[in-house]
Amino acid sequence: MNKSSRKVMSFTGGIHPVSAGKKLTNTQAVHTAPLLERYTVLVQENAGKAPEVIVKPGDKVLKYQLLAQASGFVSANLHSPTSGEVAGIVEVPGPMGVPALAIDIRADGEDRETDPFEPIPDWRSTDPKVLLDRVSDAGLVGMGGASFPTRVKLSIPPGKKVDTLILNGAECEPYLSADHRLMLESPCRVLEGAAIIGHILGIDKIYIGIEINKHDAIAELERFSEDYGIKIVPLQVQYPQGSEKQLIHAIVNRIVPPGGLPADVGCVVQNVGTAAALSDAVTLGIPLVERIVTVSGKVLKDPGNWKLRIGTPVIKAIEFCGGVTDEPSKLILGGPMMGFAQNSYEVPVAKNTSGVLLFSRRRALNYRSGSCIRCGRCVQGCPMGLCTCLLATAIEGGRIDLAEQNHVMDCLECGSCAYVCPAHRPLVQTLRLAKAEIRRQRAAAKAKAEK
Amino acid sequence: MSLFTNKKENGGIRLPDAKNLVLSSSPHLSSSADESRIMIYVIISLLPAAAAGIWFFGAPALRVILYSLVFCILAEAVWCFIAGKPVWRTISDCSAAVTGLLLALNLPPGVPFYVPLIGAILAIWLGKQIYGGLGNNPFNPVLVGRVGLLIALPALMTTWTPARGMEDASYPQHHAFGLTDPSKPVTKATPQKAEGELVTCATPLGVASTAVAKPGKYRFRKIDNPKMWKQYFIGRQGGCIGETCAPALLLGGILLVLFNLINWRVPLYFAGTVGVLTAIIHYFAPQVTPTPIFHLLTGGLLLGAIFMATDMVTSPISGTGCVIFAIGCGVITTVIRIWGNYPEGVSFSILFMNALVPLIDRWFVKRPFGYTRRKEV
Repeated sequence: MNKSSRKVMSFTGGIHPVSAGKKLTNTQAVHTAPLLERYTVLVQENAGKAPEVIVKPGDKVLKYQLLAQASGFVSANLHSPTSGEVAGIVEVPGPMGVPALAIDIRADGEDRETDPFEPIPDWRSTDPKVLLDRVSDAGLVGMGGASFPTRVKLSIPPGKKVDTLILNGAECEPYLSADHRLMLESPCRVLEGAAIIGHILGIDKIYIGIEINKHDAIAELERFSEDYGIKIVPLQVQYPQGSEKQLIHAIVNRIVPPGGLPADVGCVVQNVGTAAALSDAVTLGIPLVERIVTVSGKVLKDPGNWKLRIGTPVIKAIEFCGGVTDEPSKLILGGPMMGFAQNSYEVPVAKNTSGVLLFSRRRALNYRSGSCIRCGRCVQGCPMGLCTCLLATAIEGGRIDLAEQNHVMDCLECGSCAYVCPAHRPLVQTLRLAKAEIRRQRAAAKAKAEK
Repeated sequence: MSLFTNKKENGGIRLPDAKNLVLSSSPHLSSSADESRIMIYVIISLLPAAAAGIWFFGAPALRVILYSLVFCILAEAVWCFIAGKPVWRTISDCSAAVTGLLLALNLPPGVPFYVPLIGAILAIWLGKQIYGGLGNNPFNPVLVGRVGLLIALPALMTTWTPARGMEDASYPQHHAFGLTDPSKPVTKATPQKAEGELVTCATPLGVASTAVAKPGKYRFRKIDNPKMWKQYFIGRQGGCIGETCAPALLLGGILLVLFNLINWRVPLYFAGTVGVLTAIIHYFAPQVTPTPIFHLLTGGLLLGAIFMATDMVTSPISGTGCVIFAIGCGVITTVIRIWGNYPEGVSFSILFMNALVPLIDRWFVKRPFGYTRRKEV
């Protein structure tokens, strides 16, 4: 097939952020980080309930040994990134800006492994239930950013029928290239993982959506994809192409209803990183304890992609990159559009940390905001079709009810509006404020009704 | 609570210090486009029309443009100084410069300096700053200035000078069609200053509004024929500095669309509505109004539709809203042109529709992703 004539899919709305950031890292192979002396593994790596810690200070642990047991359905297991001794359960700066509990592991330098699980190479003839148990045993969570337990995402609610699996390889965030390198360097792990998820769900329609700026990854995956019966879908370079609802719309042209889940339109969306980790968990029998992280920013000496174990403090990742050449003013975990700014370099890398970005003073400090000139760029850019500027104006005027009527709760917080705003208004922040207030009001109303 | 000592230097590797980190909400990137850049692009789009105005009306037009620019920027500076706003920051957003240039393009070419001065004060103070400055004004500031002047100084504001190529005796339509007649101007009001040194003429619309019907003949035959259309299109007609030359205005409009500064629906539906309505009326009652081509090429319709109605601040946000807004402008313009006291109605129609924009914005909200027309979940 002539590739240039192929239809490139996309969604309506969205923006085209500067693409230069990806070039810092996307041509470099993934490095494996050397073993550290100490890891601080966050107890709560997953969305939902924190798992229950089952080790005590002084315990000797081996690599892949279970550190914390999932407590409830929306929770995930946690495994040790190396062998050593548990020094204690300590408080570390958390990725959300508040101190978080972490298991402090002093490595013994031997990196001895346990064999927690039996590898299942012939998963095609294995009962999906066994595989699903493996998914939760291995502590898999969504590695795109939300870190939602994969087990939950793969458990289709009764009454819903899914027929399509979409793997998200869009990686639309500027600067990040971790998924790109993963697809390029281990295409078969990604494809195998996709096929396993397909087997678990009983789905044979599997797509992998990739933005066309990763043409080498598309070509690499296409070399093997036919063996797995998986279709590679090239997507336009447009942010937020990797947002679940937008991705489904672009690839299978289905529209997820407001407040709905992909399962409502028969789809399941998984990140390519999650698929690769799932493939390891099933075929090799190893739990999720490391991931590829893009460590990037112009102030870094050697930006690159690193395979980091969970619990690696960010400062160590920066050290691996040769340190900085200039003092950074912003540290971001995740992508620059939706990631979280940090106030400490001791934040550990978690299962959902796709990027560690350092921005210089010039990039970081640009806060002078003016008043709305109603240019409508935010409205053009909103992938959810919201009139962002009017919502923000209403919220600033105290009319949260008006914002609620106009669907502020559908906001993805993707940041497209604030990116394009010529007045640099803090639109996402304003909308978030209203969303939090509406959630609070709804909870209060519910509590009152229950009384 | 330091778990890992942050030494500045660690084996020759420079490590950052957390003290320098700033926190902010996502997104952490923003496009380089800001308000001043938008305004500069608007000015660039206005340049063809301004250049055409200077070409057709000569030095007086250039003088008016410069006066208007300077006065608008000064008016903004004075207001900011009195109101305690940052003067340089407000001026550097270039919005006063846009207002100044647009105001000049909306003035007759030969007006004395105090006309742009009063216009600038009206536009900047009464049109914009009194509401809180850029972005908060409900009405197009330029039109507030222009309409204020039209009411306060009706004589000066309707004294037109002939364009280049019209004063030439070889220009066949010169006297024959009564467009330019220094001794007997078609407009009733003639300022004292105009005598002797200022050759005046009438706008085609002005002629149309006073044209006398002769029995059995098309009332507008002298001003509404293919030969004249060609002259109007080039810019050989009386009028405001920036409204006469259609190619320059269209070029400006294309630039605005390319720069993504305007919603293309507004000029298209505005001019289209005027064209369709006048076509219908002309078809059934040719003595009432000239052809739609005449209407499209004369007066301030193109300038209004391309540059005034499309003003970001005072036009609706959604596409549907823009269509409603533009059709409203077109209808009111047509009504005023045909039945109103003023020969021209573009300014009034836009100002009227400006007042409705908040309502339009509320009624015609864009449908968010995932909501179907029939039922809302």
